[in-house]
Amino acid sequence: MTAVETASPPPAADGSGFSIKAFAERFGLLGAWAGVIVLFGAINPDAYLTWINFSTMFSSQAILVVLTLGLLIPLTAGDFDLSVASTMVLSAMMVAVLNALNGWPLVHTLVVVVLTGALIGVVNGVFVLYFRIHSLIVTLGTGTFINGVVLWISGSQTIGGVSMDLVNWVIVYRIGGISLSFYYALILCAALWYFMEFTSPGRRLLFVGRGRDVARLSGIAVDHVRLLSFVAAGVTSSFAGILYAGMTGSADPLSGLTYLLPAFAAAFLGATSIVPGRFNPWGSFVAVYFLVSGITGLTILGVDTFVQNLFYGGGLVIAVALSQLVRKRQPQSFS
Amino acid sequence: MDAPGPAVPAGAPRRAAALVATNLGKTFGGARALDGVDFTVGFGEVHGLLGTNGSGKSTLIKILAGYHVPDPGGTLRLFGDAVPLPLPAAEAKRQGLAFVHQHLGLVPSLSVLENLRIGDFAAERRWRIDWRKEARAAEETFARFNLAIDPRAEVARLSQVERALLAIVRAFEDVRRTQTERGGGLLVLDEPTPFLPKAGVDTLFALVRGIVAAGASVVFVSHDIDEVREITSRATILRDGRLAGTVDTATTPRQELVDLIIGRKVRAYQVAKPAADTGAPAPPAVRIEGLAGGGVAHLDLAIGPGEIVGLAGLIGSGFSDVPYLVAGAGGATAGRVTLKGRTLPLAGADPRRALAAGVALLPADRLGAAGVGSLSITDNITLPVLPGFRRFLGLDRGAMARSAAALGTAHEVRPNRPALPLEALSGGNQQKVLLAKWLQTAPALLALDEPTQGVDVGARQQIFAALDAASKAGTAILLASTDAEQLAQVAHRVLVFAKGRVVETLAGADVTKDRIVEACYRSAQPAEEAA
Repeated sequence: MTAVETASPPPAADGSGFSIKAFAERFGLLGAWAGVIVLFGAINPDAYLTWINFSTMFSSQAILVVLTLGLLIPLTAGDFDLSVASTMVLSAMMVAVLNALNGWPLVHTLVVVVLTGALIGVVNGVFVLYFRIHSLIVTLGTGTFINGVVLWISGSQTIGGVSMDLVNWVIVYRIGGISLSFYYALILCAALWYFMEFTSPGRRLLFVGRGRDVARLSGIAVDHVRLLSFVAAGVTSSFAGILYAGMTGSADPLSGLTYLLPAFAAAFLGATSIVPGRFNPWGSFVAVYFLVSGITGLTILGVDTFVQNLFYGGGLVIAVALSQLVRKRQPQSFS
Repeated sequence: MDAPGPAVPAGAPRRAAALVATNLGKTFGGARALDGVDFTVGFGEVHGLLGTNGSGKSTLIKILAGYHVPDPGGTLRLFGDAVPLPLPAAEAKRQGLAFVHQHLGLVPSLSVLENLRIGDFAAERRWRIDWRKEARAAEETFARFNLAIDPRAEVARLSQVERALLAIVRAFEDVRRTQTERGGGLLVLDEPTPFLPKAGVDTLFALVRGIVAAGASVVFVSHDIDEVREITSRATILRDGRLAGTVDTATTPRQELVDLIIGRKVRAYQVAKPAADTGAPAPPAVRIEGLAGGGVAHLDLAIGPGEIVGLAGLIGSGFSDVPYLVAGAGGATAGRVTLKGRTLPLAGADPRRALAAGVALLPADRLGAAGVGSLSITDNITLPVLPGFRRFLGLDRGAMARSAAALGTAHEVRPNRPALPLEALSGGNQQKVLLAKWLQTAPALLALDEPTQGVDVGARQQIFAALDAASKAGTAILLASTDAEQLAQVAHRVLVFAKGRVVETLAGADVTKDRIVEACYRSAQPAEEAA
């Protein structure tokens, strides 16, 4: 890059000055979200532009936000975790089985569930790090294994009767008309953002993902960081599972698995905005609600449920493609 | 090169120049990276292209390669035919232009033959490849240039020299097949030599002379003035985006070339060397004992406070492994290092423990192992000192940026903009940033591998000055380099390696380029005879 070495390169080229392109890239997704709301609001204001619609959206999709945040951590460290949705379903099912079927007190149940999420993270990490297997393969395997466990402990049945305390604390209690679940997601998002931007462990996580050798030679315990990122993903997924059980007061062995692609879509889509080129919590947060607002709008228009897949799958590829156009199609390195 | 001027193959009629470019310019957002440059390469000539980082050298190459669109007003003729600018990459190839970049563009996990024919596979539609015939043809090609490369070998198993040779042969073959009427076309060799030992450079030059004899013309881009003087007949020098001059290399004194490149009279940086026998030596600051591992068989070394110890030798002699071994970065099997009164066992040590003990490492692989190109200068430079920026409310990002800017000023990083991604800087400036990253930690021992590889003359002097300043502040420095000239400039003492052991130690007035080179080759001689 000879260009920037010369005396006075353009201010826009380095991010220190204001650049319309950089601004568009950062806030494009936010604009697209607003655009989607305006579009469906114009088409169907009575059903779409209602507080009840938005509060439902914010509350119910908090699970997806939490799951995406969990996924972000290993992604930032340069590892994929395909087992997050399975961990979430297992956690929801464990809440139902332990609390509703076996009558465990709620607190004990939640502790065991979170520990199980951590254990799954450890197992993923050990296979990836000790045996040096690609994380994609390990977590594909563990995820499928966990799905089997879920079907086994549930007898392939939906199990209801989860403690009302949990339901209250997830969905019933509201602040400003929005369930607490949304605020949990919001707090987690802020905490993760703070961790990634303003703490040294957060910086270390970033360097481990971007340059393993650089990190190692700079004295970072790379394997330790990667292991902890899997554990954090497991714990966060478990938390998503607890919200999932609290949302309906029950757990079914299959429906939660469909969250895997939306979570990846939101993570990658989020990496194209707010802090473009980096997996970042606020970008993912916006991405989740952008996707959900679109899907809700289409659903209200009476479109079939297959539209969800169209929107999540298509949204991921198209949005990332658009951001690549803005970047003049330079290869993006997420990990 | 006893005959000045283009060497025309015997019997061939005098042909149109291989390349005539006039008034080439390139503006990046208001800044002229290349300004009205004329550039002519004769038919059958080896033409040098010299200049510091930022001189416009790589911009010129990238215009020819079709990577940059030049400013309007320039013209380009290849072998007498006017070609339109911008020149698309595929068209450049069709017109007989071929490029060998420093990153050679070989696939290590494939065979020599597959790599050699990759251009054909890309262009042709063949449904039956006769591998035996292809292998024979490749063998003949290699034999013609006196190269002993097995076409069936995996490229990963080739030496660095052999890979460079393969890349050049491939480029030559690619253009020659399509461009018989243009001789062997025009090959642009973009810094092919910095990673090669001297013997490898000689082999490479023999190949270059071979392909020129076979009809090719060559543009040879390099930092190394001596190499340019050896292989080229003429050279074009760029400075600050403008043409500084085109000279006959055979008749131009070395100093004149240096002055043309730098544009100001600079004396090479030279540290004051303590005399070899200054009474009782100070107690060593760093003591390395029984180090083994990698290519190193055994090393005992005591480094005085603020001493700069150079490590030299031919490739494979083990000297370049020493910085990594003492920093716990690469499989030491035995040994320990003692510094600041503490002893660190090196077998199984990791960089974290070495750093805690006060050993910092600046690896040669700048964007692969030393810094992350896609992250900002601030992020890179503050990585080892993050705890210092911890405040009650988390990391103080403003202070981090200010600290990065201050370090950038101190180390003359240009442009000094901490928000830029590291990869946006030139090689020399990247290196200044990465050096600053470690020097701010005031390590007891700083180990460096090839710190000035691909760094221009000006930045090199600044890096040396920074090392000298650090040594005066008491940091012991271990510097591994294949560049004898830079070792002579900066080291107080040079250890010459062969077969993993120190075979000669040069100190005081003996630390000169010639003595180092001589020692490297003298030490390597018996080994080669035995082999």
